[in-house]
Amino acid sequence: MIEFWVIVTGLLVGITCGIAGVFLILRKMAMIADAISHTVLFGIVMAYILTQTLNGFWMLVGAALAGILTAYLVQLLHSSGIQEDAAIGVVFTSLFAAGVLLITLFAGNVHLDVEHVLMGEIAFVPWNQWSLLGITMPKAVWMLLFVLIINVTFLVLFFKEMKLATFDPVYAASIGLPIVFLHYAFMTSISFTTVAAFDSVGAILVVAMLIGPAATSYLISKTIKQMFIYSMLFGALAAVIGYYLAKLWDTSIAGMMAAAVGMLFMIVLIGQKLIERKRKAHMHKLEIT
Amino acid sequence: MYALAVENLSVAYDKKTVLENACVTVPQGHLAAIIGPNGAGKSTFLKAILNQLPNKVGKVEILGKAFEPKSLVVGYVPQRNAVDWGFPTNALDIVLMGRYGHMGLLKRPSKQDKLIAQQALASVGMQDFAERSIGQLSGGQQQRVFLARALAQNADIYFLDEPFAGVDAATEKTIIDILKALKVQGKSIFVVHHDLQTVKEYFDYTILLNKTILASGATEDVFTPEQLQKTYGGKLFMMQHV
Repeated sequence: MIEFWVIVTGLLVGITCGIAGVFLILRKMAMIADAISHTVLFGIVMAYILTQTLNGFWMLVGAALAGILTAYLVQLLHSSGIQEDAAIGVVFTSLFAAGVLLITLFAGNVHLDVEHVLMGEIAFVPWNQWSLLGITMPKAVWMLLFVLIINVTFLVLFFKEMKLATFDPVYAASIGLPIVFLHYAFMTSISFTTVAAFDSVGAILVVAMLIGPAATSYLISKTIKQMFIYSMLFGALAAVIGYYLAKLWDTSIAGMMAAAVGMLFMIVLIGQKLIERKRKAHMHKLEIT
Repeated sequence: MYALAVENLSVAYDKKTVLENACVTVPQGHLAAIIGPNGAGKSTFLKAILNQLPNKVGKVEILGKAFEPKSLVVGYVPQRNAVDWGFPTNALDIVLMGRYGHMGLLKRPSKQDKLIAQQALASVGMQDFAERSIGQLSGGQQQRVFLARALAQNADIYFLDEPFAGVDAATEKTIIDILKALKVQGKSIFVVHHDLQTVKEYFDYTILLNKTILASGATEDVFTPEQLQKTYGGKLFMMQHV
C-alpha cells in the first residue's frame, strides 16, 4: 500500500507538471518557472508566519501570491530596461533568500526545513494522511488532485485564448483578449503546481518535471493537443521509471525521476534526429531517381 | 468621417522619442502605403494606433471613434517574423484565430466559423494546405495564412505591417490583388511598405513618415522626388526609379 501511494503521487506529479509545462515551453518561460519554484518558498513561509499553521490551503494562497509577485517584479524590472534573464535572476534570488532567512528566524522548530522544501521526500508521502468525504488518502495526493483539477479547468476554459495570446500576443490584444489576466492566471497555476509537487519532488526537481516532459513532447507534436497528451505521458512515464530505478539502486527517488525525465528527452531527441536524417536521405534518393 | 484621424501622436521608448506630434487624416476607401526609412517609427505608428503602447500621447480615431479592440472593426496583420512559426499548429487553426473575437470568451469555433476560415484560406490560394503544420510552410505561404486570418475576421479597416517582406512574387501578387479587392468593397487598408518601386502601382494613397508625418494624400500628389528627398534625406538611392 505504501508503494502504491508513492507511485500514485509520482504519476500525479508527472501528469500535473506535464500539463502545466506545455504553455511554459510555448511561451518560452522556462526560466520564470525556475524562479517561481524557488520564490514560492517565500510565500509559504509568509503564510506560515501569518497563520501559524502548515495548512495546505494557506500554503497555496501564499504560493500563488508569491508567484504573482515574482512575475510582476520580473515584468517591472524588464520594462524599466533591465534584460529579462537578469531581472529573473535578481528577483528570484532575493525572494528565495528572504524565504530562507524567514524560516531560520521564525519557523526554526517546525517541519519546514530548507532541505525538505528543496529536495522533497516522496517516500514520506504515504505517512501523512488526510480524510475527506470518507476517503483517506495521503495529503500530497489530495493536493495534487486539487491542483490538477484547477489547471485542467483553466485550460479547458481558456484554451483558445491561451493559444492565441501565446502565438501572437499583439494580435490577441488587438481583438480584445485579456492577455494580462491570462498571463497572471497562468503564473498562478504554475505556482499552485509547484506547491503541490513540493512534498514529493521539492522545489529544484519540480522544474525538471515542469520543463522536461513538455520540452520532449514539443519535439514530436504537430498540434497543441498532441503536445498535452505526450507531455502527460512522458511525465507519468518518467515518474514510474524513476521510482523503480531508485528502488533498484537504493537512491533518491526524486533525483531518479528527474534523471528519467532527462533520459526520455535525450532518447526522443536522438530518435527524432535519426528519423529526420533517414527521411532526408530518402527524399534525396527520390530526387536522384 | 475619416477612416483614420491621428492628432499629435507621440511615442517614446526609454526617453528616446520614436514618434513626435504625428498628425494625419485619411478618408475611407483607400489602399494606403505608409513609407519611410528604417527606424522611422512605422511599426510603432501602427502599434500606437492599435493602442498597444502604454507610453503614447495624442488622439487616435478610427472611423470616428477611439480604438476599441472588442468592436473588431480593425484587422491587424503583424510582421511575419514577430511570431514563432515553430508553434505546433496548422494553417487552418491560425486562420480560425481570426474568428476568436467573434466567438467571445469560453466559446469554441462553430461550423460557420470553420467554413469562413476555409473560405478565407481558399481566397489566398491555400485551401490545399489547411492541415499543414505552419512550420512547414514557406515564408510566402505563412504570409498568406496571416492575411487569411485577417480576412476571416471580416474587419472594416486593415493594418498590415510589411506584408511583402521576404515573400515570393506569386504571393506578392495574390496579396495585392486581395487588398485591391478589399478596397473595391469600400474597406480601408493601411500597409507599411518598403519597396518604393511598387508604390505607384499598388497604392492610391501615400503617407510619408519619418519620426512624424511629413506628407499624406493621393499617391500622385505625395509620391514626388521632393517629398521623398525630405522623408529619406541622404538615404534615398532609388530616385532614378521614381
